[in-house]
Amino acid sequence: MYVYDEHDRQMAAERVAQFRDQTRRALAGELSEEEFLPLRLQNGLYVQRHAPMLRICVPYGMLRSDQLRRLARITRDYDKGYAHFTTRQNVQLNWPALEDVPDILADLAEVEMHANQTSGNCIRNTTTDQFSGVQADEIADPRPYCEIIRQWSTFHPEFAFLPRKFKVAVNASEKTDRAAIRIHDIGLQMVRNDAGELGFRVHVGGGLGRTPMVGPVIRDFLPELDLLTYLEAVLRVYNRYGRRDNKFKARIKILVKALTPEGFAEKVEAEWAHIKDSPTRLTPDAIERMKGFFTEPPYEALENAMDLLARQRFENRGFDQWLSHNVDVHKKPGYAIVTLTLKKTGTPPGDVTDQQLEQIADLADEYSFGEVRVTHHQNVVLADVRQDRLLELWETITPMGFGTANLNTLTDIICCPGGDYCALANAKSIPVAEAIQRRFDDLDYLYDLGNIDLNISGCMNACGHHHVGNIGVLGVDKKGEEFYQVSLGGSSHHDADIGKILGPSFAREDMPEVIAKIIDVYVDQRTEEEEFLDTYRRIGIKPFKERVYA
Amino acid sequence: MPDVINADGTIRQDNWVVVPRPEEGESLAIPSDQPALIPADLWLAGYEHFAGNDQIGVWFDSHDEPEIIADRVNELPLIGVNFPRFVDGRGYSIARLLRERFGYRNELRAIGDVLLDQLQFMKRCGFDSYALRPDKDINHAATCLNFFSQGYQAATDTDLPLFRRRAG
Repeated sequence: MYVYDEHDRQMAAERVAQFRDQTRRALAGELSEEEFLPLRLQNGLYVQRHAPMLRICVPYGMLRSDQLRRLARITRDYDKGYAHFTTRQNVQLNWPALEDVPDILADLAEVEMHANQTSGNCIRNTTTDQFSGVQADEIADPRPYCEIIRQWSTFHPEFAFLPRKFKVAVNASEKTDRAAIRIHDIGLQMVRNDAGELGFRVHVGGGLGRTPMVGPVIRDFLPELDLLTYLEAVLRVYNRYGRRDNKFKARIKILVKALTPEGFAEKVEAEWAHIKDSPTRLTPDAIERMKGFFTEPPYEALENAMDLLARQRFENRGFDQWLSHNVDVHKKPGYAIVTLTLKKTGTPPGDVTDQQLEQIADLADEYSFGEVRVTHHQNVVLADVRQDRLLELWETITPMGFGTANLNTLTDIICCPGGDYCALANAKSIPVAEAIQRRFDDLDYLYDLGNIDLNISGCMNACGHHHVGNIGVLGVDKKGEEFYQVSLGGSSHHDADIGKILGPSFAREDMPEVIAKIIDVYVDQRTEEEEFLDTYRRIGIKPFKERVYA
Repeated sequence: MPDVINADGTIRQDNWVVVPRPEEGESLAIPSDQPALIPADLWLAGYEHFAGNDQIGVWFDSHDEPEIIADRVNELPLIGVNFPRFVDGRGYSIARLLRERFGYRNELRAIGDVLLDQLQFMKRCGFDSYALRPDKDINHAATCLNFFSQGYQAATDTDLPLFRRRAG
């Protein structure tokens, strides 16, 4: 994991001092609300329904146990003792006081954390696959490149006032895309060219919100050394030509659409030609140096514990289910990747208490070399667990509420904070998630249904990624009343797609039944090997429509 | 334009005026007794007349293309870049293009909605004078120009991004 040097520490301290000065001037009335707005946003601070909300950056989802403990302490000292993991691998506090924020940022800086650029019209946290570095099929570990992008984008003097927010995601696996790169402003797919050289396929202009789009490819192969100069060219074209007259047309996807992907790519290439050999061009040394931070932990030489696990599964059905769903294959023999689910029914998806944060820290120290990863599905991963300790781990986490064996099933719902917390929301989202979880509480039935992404957003801003849910739910406001629009067929994976709207929206109390009817159609129509999305793609939306609106 | 801020945070008196783009049917109102910044495209259109006059500079609005004077930038004693609203970040790209691509060496001034908290970004992108909005505290400028003692990136102010300095 990346470790700060004196340069990072100095800039982090200067950032805290700067925001302290800005907060002082805002409270003294020297900065108007409008002038303070982008400054506080770029330090993670929103003003929300009940209180300010502080979004703390978790670069590409990586956290150390000491950082988790610090977060726990901060939620106690400055908040109400809980935090929320977001769909962008970050952490949010829901109730900090404005005047405390500089102190919170100072506390974070002590453990090499910050809230830089977690909001505002700037380059946001770069995200990636939560299984980076531990899965067998990745081209290379994407995290060194994510950290290189993080440093390049931090306090970038040219790109602090873009037309709109800007999100970059990196994926390294050829088979899976857990980072959902094609719904990002820039999606970088790691690839090797025919000569075996490492580089990126560049997607630009994906995104959700009002005009959901899957990002087209604008360059098939970008050599790794050219990463930053090319990003700079994309950002410069966007900064100069992206629309600023209408907030809803300001994302880069609108520019890409207006120019066509080919036209946009030409503009980028022309800009890049000027700067590709500038001092921003990476050096092999710089990449090697960064890779040195993401080396393997001291794994022991182990064999896969097949027999032991088989026996334990046979003796314990709950363990068997958990192993099948929440544990993934590790690249090292004898190790496994464990996902702790934060989706226990009755708890808002992604919410954790201070105590749970400390429990996760202890689990990381005890079972996984002191590190965890946050996922965009709002769960937490222990990436390096010994197979012969899985049973012990499962027994430990079950009473903590992290062992719900529903990963990737219908009840592993992605859900934004919604109208309960968020000032932007049109409707509540958490109670809908909970009602659906209650309706589908039979694990065997859930497993039989297979992988289904159910994503819920409380408004068009789509923090819950509803467009790319196999089943998407969007809260809408109709004359002051909350209704829910359902879409089907979305995907955030390699086969990324935007869901189609099923029809007129529903009242909240009808939602569990609507989902049940959709699931019934799937169960009736599926062939043996089909997942929900396969069936939908084969039979289309009509049978679902007929059943739901019958 | 009574006071402008220099890149080092000091303050100096200055009498350059920004001449707005004339309304249709009107002509450019250049003062006779003060140096003036005029819209860049109009300077180019009247090049025969303006060339060599060290009392005339140009300004760009945020949607303008600095490319139009790419090969003539150093004929100008002063170029202004307007920030119509401080959240409009196009001026940063314009500044870097003027400096890094077209090799502009004379004074580059931020004009318009210029506030304190953006000064260091402006400096890093090549601005070396700043016409702060008059309601802002000009005495705080030196602090705001120097919040950070270094940056991660190469920009107009340095050819050495941190990853190159770390290797050194």
